[in-house]
Amino acid sequence: MSVSEKQTVEILKVLYRKADILILDEPTAVLTPQETSRLFEILRRMKQEGCAVIIITHKLNEVLEISDRVTILRKGESVATVNTADTNAQELTELMVGRPVELSIEHPETDFKENLLEIHHLTAANEEGVEMIKDISFDLNRGEILGVAGVAGSGQKELCEAIAGLLPVKKGAILYHDENIVGKTPNEIIKIGISMSFIPEDRLGMGLAASMGMVDNMLLKKYNEGKGPFVRKKEARETAKRLVKELEIVTPGVDTPVRRLSGGNVQKVLLGREIESEPNVLITAYAVRGLDINSSYTIYNALNEQKKKGVGILFIGEDLDVMLELCDRIMVLCHGRVTGIIDTKSATKEQIGLLMTDAKGQERRGRHA
Amino acid sequence: MRREGKERCHEPWVHVVKKTEISASKTLLLSILAVFASLVAGGLFILAIGQNPFSVYATIVKGAWRSSIARKGTIKLAVPLLITALGIIPAFKMKFWNIGAEGQIIMGAIFATYFALFYDHLPHGILLVLMFIAGMIGGGIWGLIPAYFKSKYGTNETLFTLMLNYIALYLIKYLVEGPWKDPASSGFPKIATFSENARLDQILGVHAGWLIALILVVLVFIYIKFSKHGYEIDIVGESVNTARYAGMNVRKIVLRTMFLSGAICGLAGMIQATGAAYTLSEGITGGVGFTAISVAWLSRLNPLITLVVSVLFAVLEKGCSVMQSTFGMSSAVSDILQGIILFFILGFDFFTRYRFVFCKKKQGEGSMSC
Repeated sequence: MSVSEKQTVEILKVLYRKADILILDEPTAVLTPQETSRLFEILRRMKQEGCAVIIITHKLNEVLEISDRVTILRKGESVATVNTADTNAQELTELMVGRPVELSIEHPETDFKENLLEIHHLTAANEEGVEMIKDISFDLNRGEILGVAGVAGSGQKELCEAIAGLLPVKKGAILYHDENIVGKTPNEIIKIGISMSFIPEDRLGMGLAASMGMVDNMLLKKYNEGKGPFVRKKEARETAKRLVKELEIVTPGVDTPVRRLSGGNVQKVLLGREIESEPNVLITAYAVRGLDINSSYTIYNALNEQKKKGVGILFIGEDLDVMLELCDRIMVLCHGRVTGIIDTKSATKEQIGLLMTDAKGQERRGRHA
Repeated sequence: MRREGKERCHEPWVHVVKKTEISASKTLLLSILAVFASLVAGGLFILAIGQNPFSVYATIVKGAWRSSIARKGTIKLAVPLLITALGIIPAFKMKFWNIGAEGQIIMGAIFATYFALFYDHLPHGILLVLMFIAGMIGGGIWGLIPAYFKSKYGTNETLFTLMLNYIALYLIKYLVEGPWKDPASSGFPKIATFSENARLDQILGVHAGWLIALILVVLVFIYIKFSKHGYEIDIVGESVNTARYAGMNVRKIVLRTMFLSGAICGLAGMIQATGAAYTLSEGITGGVGFTAISVAWLSRLNPLITLVVSVLFAVLEKGCSVMQSTFGMSSAVSDILQGIILFFILGFDFFTRYRFVFCKKKQGEGSMSC
């Protein structure tokens, strides 16, 4: 089932149990714009039936669209409760953060004009042998953020892992200066001159060792360096302390298990470590999912810094508003195929939404059938 | 859609939840409580059979240490337990549930026995070295087999290692009654007692196994905590996905660690055969392979704590056998007492890791998280 369908089942379960109060925690994170509209229809009808609905969301446009009243929480306290009709996005953000915040995401222009990776007809299957990406071709340039949009399960995860060398590729090539890196070991890839960093969707289950501290996690890709059988922790400890300051990571200490940190800080640890290795290709999957506003903007700024340095960034995301501001181009995946690559300067959310469900393509195929 | 009247709660009345935070001080407190509770429970049992708990406990503690012979006996019990537990630790840290320590001990003993019986003519020092290596290889192979099948076919290592124990045991039976049967044994078949040349030397009155065990405590501690291999074991145990993401060769790490785990257990087997029993028989392990699992687990996979816990277990066992003869009790009493104490200690260990959650939901609440 698609995530949106699963979500509908969840709502049905709750209704079946005859709930008076419905609490939704970030329900639209995984929905397309069209599915979000449908969900809001359902919520409005439940409201009419007398149900009380609490919707937890960080997306201010949704708050303004669907709610009657808004409660703002900050650091565990309820800061204010206002009528939606009486407020606006600026005021809400100020209440959330505690000070006026610039809501727009910086979008620096770069002038590298150099191609970094060429992906040709990439096809790969997941662990169960199901082909998840089919015949994908695109270019990643230096100094750009290429967004990847799509309904969950459209092949984003497999695309990331295939490029990062974690998933075997069935067909196709990934070219760096005309050299194909498919099938090469991470060491060989580094020798060619590519330093790739991958920040996976599954932060604690893949990108980090959850029950270990920041220091041990800094070592994750570097532990084997240096001669001798012993691990060198001193440098990693220093790096950890520096990152805590630079990225404002909130943690009791650099040895505290990272699973005790909040989502935003976990992501900062992950991003911090990957940026330390000075990549020229950075792949991030759902980098700001579940993060608070401050952490999200820290991440956007860090990514923009990398972009200005000439790093090519592949940004898999789900918030189209954010992606339209942050990315230079957006590639849309649907059922493992590229349905479109569009320039964000001229794109609209509705356009992307249609590409995500491949509505136009289905229409075309329907006409021919 | 609105319902009338009361509704039953649809959640189960109680369920078990893993604790996310286990503070060190709470763990220590629970451990002390555990020991206390187990002693009280054991004491109640002793009362029930008509004895004075205090004098019985005093006998147990004194019995383990009262004389040089008693102390040596306790150490001889502690050594194989400690070494085997140390062998289990790397595997368990990797979340590879090696229940096959028993079989790995046996295979180590078998391989060492081969040299003890047929290479007797070699100089003592060389023979010993050969037996050490043979013991480690024997145990190592026995640990490698389940690791290979798990990494290649995803077979369940708990069952696999468990079943290999029995195969190893029956191998002894075959050897005892077959090719290695001592021609001088009339009546019941057994393997010959090792000659002086093939016996492990004694240091300070006890076979050298105790020195080897102490060295191993330090080596295993350093290996796990400071070496690159130890880091890899930690990461693989944490999450195989994270290990792969870090570029680790998970298969190689699993095979290597299980070989090591089996090898250390095999060494324990070699020490038992050449240092304690001076022969090979079905009872060579004395169940140590299984007890060591409890020891390693209760020690939270820390080699230093394992040293302490092994000695405590040995004290309990030795003390109980002294108690048994002092008070004229049957061996069953000794077993029951040890069982009660162990039950409470393991029971409390459960409560350091899990807690019960009771259903307190009122009707009319529904929640959904995406």
